[in-house]
Amino acid sequence: MDFVNAIILLLNYIFIPALTYGSQLALGAIFVTLIYGILRFANFATGDMMSFGTMATILFTWYFQSLGVSLGVLPTALLAIPFGIIFMILYMLLIDKFVFKYYRHQKSPPVQFAMVSIGVMFVTQAVVRIIIGPSDRRFFDGEKFIIKAREFKEMTGLNEGLALKSTQVITIFVTIVLVSLLFWFLNRTKTGKSMKAYSDNEDLALLSGIDPKKIVLVTWVIAGILATIGGALYGLDKSFKPFTYFNNMLPIFAAAIVGGIGNPFGAFLGGYVIAFSEILLTYAYKKFFMYILPESMEPNSLVQLLSTDYKFAVSFSILVIVLIYRPSGIFKGKVL
Amino acid sequence: MRKNLNVIAAYSIMMVLILMVGIFQSWNIALSIFNLCLISAVMTMGANIQWGYAGLINFGIMGYTALGGLAAVLISVDPVQEAWRAGGFDILMSLWLIVVMVLVIRFVLKRFEKSKIRTYSIAAIIISGILLIRFSSEPGIEAIEAVDPAKTGFLGGFGLPIIFSWIVGALFAGGLAFIVGKVALGLRADYLAIATLLISEIVIAIIKHEDWLTRGVKNVIGLKRPAPYEVDLQTTDWFIKLVEKFNAGKLSVIENLADRQAALNQLVIEGSSVFVKLCYSGLFLVVVIILLILTQKALYSPWGRMMRAIRDNEEAANAMGKNVVKQHLLIFILGSAIVGIAGAMLVTQDGLFTPGSYRPMRYTFLIWVMVIVGGSGNNFGAILGGFVVWFLWIEAAPISLFLINFFTAGIPETNALKAHLIESVPYFRFLLMGLGLLFIMRYRPKGILPEKIEIK
Repeated sequence: MDFVNAIILLLNYIFIPALTYGSQLALGAIFVTLIYGILRFANFATGDMMSFGTMATILFTWYFQSLGVSLGVLPTALLAIPFGIIFMILYMLLIDKFVFKYYRHQKSPPVQFAMVSIGVMFVTQAVVRIIIGPSDRRFFDGEKFIIKAREFKEMTGLNEGLALKSTQVITIFVTIVLVSLLFWFLNRTKTGKSMKAYSDNEDLALLSGIDPKKIVLVTWVIAGILATIGGALYGLDKSFKPFTYFNNMLPIFAAAIVGGIGNPFGAFLGGYVIAFSEILLTYAYKKFFMYILPESMEPNSLVQLLSTDYKFAVSFSILVIVLIYRPSGIFKGKVL
Repeated sequence: MRKNLNVIAAYSIMMVLILMVGIFQSWNIALSIFNLCLISAVMTMGANIQWGYAGLINFGIMGYTALGGLAAVLISVDPVQEAWRAGGFDILMSLWLIVVMVLVIRFVLKRFEKSKIRTYSIAAIIISGILLIRFSSEPGIEAIEAVDPAKTGFLGGFGLPIIFSWIVGALFAGGLAFIVGKVALGLRADYLAIATLLISEIVIAIIKHEDWLTRGVKNVIGLKRPAPYEVDLQTTDWFIKLVEKFNAGKLSVIENLADRQAALNQLVIEGSSVFVKLCYSGLFLVVVIILLILTQKALYSPWGRMMRAIRDNEEAANAMGKNVVKQHLLIFILGSAIVGIAGAMLVTQDGLFTPGSYRPMRYTFLIWVMVIVGGSGNNFGAILGGFVVWFLWIEAAPISLFLINFFTAGIPETNALKAHLIESVPYFRFLLMGLGLLFIMRYRPKGILPEKIEIK
């Protein structure tokens, strides 16, 4: 029985939260990696673009709520996400037209692109804050839990409860569907294959008659979908605050690079690598050992490798180590 | 004279702008803007050395600034004897363990040939070392943090005059830059940017959460000052006489003796804070001028020419026998050390150390905007960038408020859109910075004062 308790404990506090957080990071990381692979720059505006998409989603959610439309047990935001995506894509295309296009035609070095994306970051941050304000917002409605901890305990008679939030299930489900669709698109359709070709060798792709304008357009559309859904899922699960989204850019970058930048599948797994290592290294295992060890060997301390304050630092250290020893990432991305 | 006309013109305009703030708003505001402009100028000089001279991208400015600030705390605060008695031994033991760990790693690196086993054993040494240090230092840290946590709860510093921290801050930042440079400088430009950004976040995380060293988010307040205190000045005779002399004309108009005394008191209170700020301005100006002379000398020296050669064509410079790796490391350390000085200056001026306030927006990206806008590779440009951008950063809110009121003059105050816009005035500074950066990068990619190399 104690053993089952220990497993439930880990599931509840490590596995499910990490899987959720990892999914949110993974979507952002694929976004970063696509931009890096096809448009060839590190997009420092990632976090803020995600917050823009989330903002659009929230505004539509409020609108639907005021109309009295709802999805019953599901959050209204799911209905608003498609509209948010449209706004996000429009905003990205606008920025591309007025900012990035010029440098693409100039064939500027990646560093210059990165600097320009910092300008975009400032502007996007301002736009988001001016429209919706800097404060913390929750826009979740509907049923909060699928399984409540207390109900689970009563049902199974265990000491440990297992709480399953509906946002966690939605996040994981949506991520799986979206990522499968994306990989199907990239590997099976003609456009997807031409995107891959463009990413591998631009000149050769152009020679074989691939239209660069179309590639760029499709990239931004996919990026808009990923950014909005990733941001909205994070906001549903936790809360929406522009500053947090800006900060999330850092673990997202870490995930993309750990997975091998330019490699979407690597970025997908990278999100989980970062999320799991953050949570595994900062979790206090005292209770876990209390279950599995005999009473005489129970630990006195918290058995915590690092304090939770260092959550971010863990992922960054992993990234730095990966950068030094395997700069192309765990799953071979673009070679430096 | 002629060829420097644009420099002189740009600086004159900047000075006039600051004077206008003094005349229309208040001299206090003008001077605090001016002081922070000077500090920003030091930071941009540091970043400019790395980016403009050598083409190295450093997004870790925040980390070096914070280390400079930490130096100010460690130098100027009096040591907390009780905390040292409670946990000083444990901390020293941990430091000793770190030194031992580094030596063991060096030994392994030197003695054994590169192999998988060596890499794994080094990883094992580091992990077990961290675990050992963490568990052995815990009681000491807890004991230190328990010593009067409302006031101290940390080890304190050395109790020296805070001005020394400007040098120590440079040493701290340079030391960190040495480690970061050794590790990360081989990376390609945009990876280097990301790596330095993340490393600076790690530095901030450590400063925020190692309470025994820095008090963490509890902040250190009331640091010693190199300048006199306002309260003391207000009761000093010579200062009151000075203020009286300065405002003789204004005071003589007032007939009533009591009124005149009241007016004088008011002037003394205002004057004291202006005077303190002037003291800081003087100190900062000295630093800026010394650094400017040194960096200009360096730029036109053989070493400066070599750096530009490395920047413009690394492979050719390498083929000419220049040690690119070594020079990159050197310039990375130098630039970071200058940023460290600025960090210490900033804490000196504020008189408090707040680890929570170090955010990449303000301390990394804004500084980069300054460098790009001012003109990378040109020291005068970098300093000007610091001035212009900081000035706009502070004055953006009043300017945008004015603009909003101007364009919505016909709309009543109760209009929801207008009220919302006025409420979000503080965020227009981000918009202004972003647009400024984008426009400069597009239409004047070399900055306001572009790099200009004269062969002397």
